Amino acid sequence: MEKALKGDWVQIHQVVFSPGERAPNIPEETRKVPLELRVKGWLVIPEARIGEDAVIKTPAGRELEGRLVSINPPFTHGFGEPVPELLEIGPELRELLEEEGTE
Amino acid sequence: MKDMSFAALMDRRNEIMKQAVGINYEEFARGRFAFAYEEMMQKVGYTLDEIRAIQRETDVGQTPLWEMKNLTRLVRKLAPAGKGARIFIKDEAANPSGSFKARRASVSVYRAKKQGYKGVVSATSGNYGAAVASQAVKRNMKCIVVQEVFDSKGDGQPEILEKGRKCEAYGAEVLQLTVGPELFYTFLRVLEETKFFNASLYTPFGIAGVETLGYEVATEIKGKEGRFPDKVLITHAGGGNLTGTARGLKKAGAEDTEIVGVSVDLTGLHSASDHDFNRKSFTTGHTGFGVPFTTWPDRADVPRNAARSLRYIDRYLTVTQGQVFYATEALAQIEGLERGPAGNTSLAAAIALAQEMDRDEILVVQETEYTGAGKHPTAQLTFAREKGIDVRRGDPHEEKPGENIIIPRGPGDLFYKEMDLDKLRKTYLKALQKNHPGPYSEEEKEFLTEELGVDQEKLEKLLNSN
Repeated sequence: MEKALKGDWVQIHQVVFSPGERAPNIPEETRKVPLELRVKGWLVIPEARIGEDAVIKTPAGRELEGRLVSINPPFTHGFGEPVPELLEIGPELRELLEEEGTE
Repeated sequence: MKDMSFAALMDRRNEIMKQAVGINYEEFARGRFAFAYEEMMQKVGYTLDEIRAIQRETDVGQTPLWEMKNLTRLVRKLAPAGKGARIFIKDEAANPSGSFKARRASVSVYRAKKQGYKGVVSATSGNYGAAVASQAVKRNMKCIVVQEVFDSKGDGQPEILEKGRKCEAYGAEVLQLTVGPELFYTFLRVLEETKFFNASLYTPFGIAGVETLGYEVATEIKGKEGRFPDKVLITHAGGGNLTGTARGLKKAGAEDTEIVGVSVDLTGLHSASDHDFNRKSFTTGHTGFGVPFTTWPDRADVPRNAARSLRYIDRYLTVTQGQVFYATEALAQIEGLERGPAGNTSLAAAIALAQEMDRDEILVVQETEYTGAGKHPTAQLTFAREKGIDVRRGDPHEEKPGENIIIPRGPGDLFYKEMDLDKLRKTYLKALQKNHPGPYSEEEKEFLTEELGVDQEKLEKLLNSN
């Protein structure tokens, strides 16, 4: 199992509220699931494995506890795939602008 | 040991907020519900000149104002003879953190520093987090951003993930939560534990920071064209962009400029729903914020919201998600400006609205935002498709939020829907009448006329029709 060492950049996870503790007046499907928190920082304990309790120091200097969920967590968002419906727009508009009759 | 339950923390909210924003809101209370808005803005805020100086210190504002010549040509091709206003755009993406929110953050962070706070906290999944983080860097303060990011499966919209990354890039601690209004609990808890400043979007500082945007739009158009703009289109969510811009325009003397708010229509999607959360492509600038904040501004994280859009709004228009993606693509493809989609909400409405205006009239779209991985139409539409949203070209009138996104077939398909402002005013009054039943005193009525942007006669009519 992957292990993080002191000083590694990691992500921890906490359950802020379990389903029974959630605020009143929220939609049913939201009340059925826990309120979860994820936060990144540097591991301050000697070592921790994924799924174990960990303590981190955040960039704001706070020490927070939680379950270790990721080591050097990657950014997963990108530009996605080209969207054919959007690709058509440029040529269409340029053709419109090139037509006679514009000032 | 303090009781940290939801209920106990909520009970301490006023005390926590007082410490975290340093404003005694009670000072401005006038009777049951009225309060001295202008006095609050003047006493707590700063003058326009002071704000401009504060913003110059941290490189905020003075963004370029560009004329969109090809978009104007396009609009004139579609418009009847003699119609088709000139379209200008204020390139707010040029601010340090890539959006107009830098203006809003600048004054808050300045204030926090001056008052001796060690750090600032902001509750936002939007561009504001990055703005606060960036301004905190410039003033050597710590920063914590609380975001609503994931659904219960741990899936996050690419746009919000990107905004979280940007906050981290500026050295902020980013608390990433799953869906739910209890974000406010975490936020309060952080404020109580850290004793940091609440860089709320809705304090007089935040709103005053946006006044320079309206002021620049007015004075720059006047300088270039010898007249004030006829209409300014403002992407509308919590009301701060609209309120601040409108106040700035007025301070520059542009009293007759029409203030047009624009939101993406997300009717039917519940903003606190774990299921609906990832079925929308816009996390701000939509009716899920625009409508409730217009009809009850004090739902904000401070006792008195300084963003009060009914005081300033002349028209409120909605557009569809597909139209905003179309406008974003058009801006890149015929104007050479690749900018983030959310900031282009009012641009989509501008393309339709400019066709109704005379050729010698001037319309200003008052913001752009940065773009990049996640905050881009391709990223957002790819994500939408993964969530089962039907993305296709067609008649945007057929768009149903959460089910499909319809990319217009051509520029002539772009349209806006006009929101009935009187209906929104009535909703405001209905909530008020429930909590504070009439009859109302003269002082209360005077407050309400200002609050709703109506005269006495109109107020009576609205009160009687409820």
